[in-house]
Amino acid sequence: MSGELVGYGAFFLTMALTYAIMCLGLNVQWGQTGLFNVGVAGFVAIGAYVSAILTTPDSSGHFGGFDLPIVIGWLGGALAAALVSFLIGALTIRLRADYLAIATFGVAVVVQLCALNLQSITGGPFGIGFIPRPFAGLAGEPLAFSLLNLGVLALVVLAVYLTLERLVRSPWGRVLRAIREDEAAALALGKNAVRFRLQAFAIGGGIMGLAGAVHAHFIGFVAPDNYVPILTFQVWAMLIVGGSGNNRGAILGAVLVWGLWTASAAAISVLFPPEQQARAAALQIVMIGLALCAVLLLRPRGLLGEVRVVSRHVGNLPAIGARDFPNKEIASHAREP
Amino acid sequence: MIAQALMDGMIAGAMIGLGAIGITLTYSILRFANFAHGELITWGAYLALAISGGLGYLSSTLTAPIGPFSFGWSLPLAGVLAVLLTGALALLADALLFGRLRARRGTVIIMVMASFGAALTLRSLLEFIFTSKPAYYTKALQIAQPLGGGIRATPDQMLTLGLSAVLVLAIHLLLTRTAIGRAMRAVSENQQLAGIVGIDVRAIIRVVWLLGAGLACVAGIMAGLLVQIRPHMGHDLLLPLFAAAILGGIGSVPGAMLAGLIVGLSEAIAVQVIGAEWRAAVAFVILVAVLLVHPQGLFGRRA
Repeated sequence: MSGELVGYGAFFLTMALTYAIMCLGLNVQWGQTGLFNVGVAGFVAIGAYVSAILTTPDSSGHFGGFDLPIVIGWLGGALAAALVSFLIGALTIRLRADYLAIATFGVAVVVQLCALNLQSITGGPFGIGFIPRPFAGLAGEPLAFSLLNLGVLALVVLAVYLTLERLVRSPWGRVLRAIREDEAAALALGKNAVRFRLQAFAIGGGIMGLAGAVHAHFIGFVAPDNYVPILTFQVWAMLIVGGSGNNRGAILGAVLVWGLWTASAAAISVLFPPEQQARAAALQIVMIGLALCAVLLLRPRGLLGEVRVVSRHVGNLPAIGARDFPNKEIASHAREP
Repeated sequence: MIAQALMDGMIAGAMIGLGAIGITLTYSILRFANFAHGELITWGAYLALAISGGLGYLSSTLTAPIGPFSFGWSLPLAGVLAVLLTGALALLADALLFGRLRARRGTVIIMVMASFGAALTLRSLLEFIFTSKPAYYTKALQIAQPLGGGIRATPDQMLTLGLSAVLVLAIHLLLTRTAIGRAMRAVSENQQLAGIVGIDVRAIIRVVWLLGAGLACVAGIMAGLLVQIRPHMGHDLLLPLFAAAILGGIGSVPGAMLAGLIVGLSEAIAVQVIGAEWRAAVAFVILVAVLLVHPQGLFGRRA
């Protein structure tokens, strides 16, 4: 019994940690740089599909099946998503701030369409199955298998987290914040705002692609239904609840919101008769949507807010309060040429 | 065949155009891309469905078809009420969410995000109330009448086209010929300055919400009448709406309508040439092309 419980806990945490990676990617784009991505699901799907095509054994059903090692698949997925992010960013970042949002929304729609319709590459509505899972040889011992998978996920999250923390505290990270807070001042210091934003957007997109690839290898299949707009929404709720701008907040938010989501799904399956459950599932989304709006209104900094000073040479100042960033308004106006 | 595709594209384009006018008005005056606009379309359609259903229940004479059309007087009556209620819904969202964020001088992008959250909430609420089964205003079937040149259209479709033309003309005249239209353009130009010369900016913002939501409701009823009513209908229209608003040039009403027709026609042609499964990608291609070549759109001032 306790073994089952541990197994379930490991499964839950593994899922939560895949979301944490997406959340960390979004944090680079939104939290650090102020770029709004409404197409998270699309970038995650790109990573998942590319990795699936690279690593599945050769098959006649669809293009690919290169049977490459899993790690190559993960890197390929991340690179592909980063490339698409770069192209979309290059197209829209120099324009109005919300054109990027509209374009990323379009990316999610088009990726979904491609996944459904490019049967020969993506397997169409049924997707691609038999994606190799790490430690597949241990599948006979469920407990060891799930704990090892959790360990791999924890390592990936830790690696992404440490790299991002390093980046945030680097001169590069400080320039990003400077641009977000006061673009005119950053420009006056000779920083190329468009280029820095583009780099941040591509890195964030790449991390989302990595998350998609890791997720696909954990569940063992990809299908268009995995990457619907609700995924984007969940990742956003995670980041906003946890605290945008704070990498630890991103991870905490992912675990909390995923916990809330699975708990409410369990509650619905107990409380509602089977024929009403699809209907009641809509209430889950209503709840998360209200929570997102409430956090935006009542506690915009989230549970763990952004840390104000990132240099270790200056003493810690109190975190940025709920008064928002007064200069952001000016910065976003300056961005509209 | 192609002529018929053009006719269908015009009808779809008219609905996209009406929705895009709402987007372009909120965008130029409230200054944010409203992702919840699609949900106003859906809510409008469902409100009209609920009200016309109620009216039909009260009196069966109201459901008897009017002339050549497929619906009875219950639908136009419900439509008027639904326009008002959709407007009220938009004002409620503004009072609860957008207005408060505006008062806090939040950034543009916080408003976009809030609209994104509001969109999912509103859509899922409809899915909960009405389930995701498609619904229809009437069960009556209509025969398409030949119009010459090998083109056929049902009376409902002709009515939709005519009504869109009248509405666009009315909105255009309202913006260019009346005091309130001048005030709206002033607020879109410079909100602070407009306030200084004595324009009631908050009243103008309410008018913009009412107009945008009213047009969205009409577009929703048309889509529901010609196709079907689903909780996702507005969400599926969102990308074509944004593509049309940007192609037409943010702030331009004739631009939004013309661009809506262009998007609708392109979709119809793509369905003929490439295949129906790629329809939803057309708007994205148009969007990318506009942003690449001419980001300010057809009638937009400098972006």
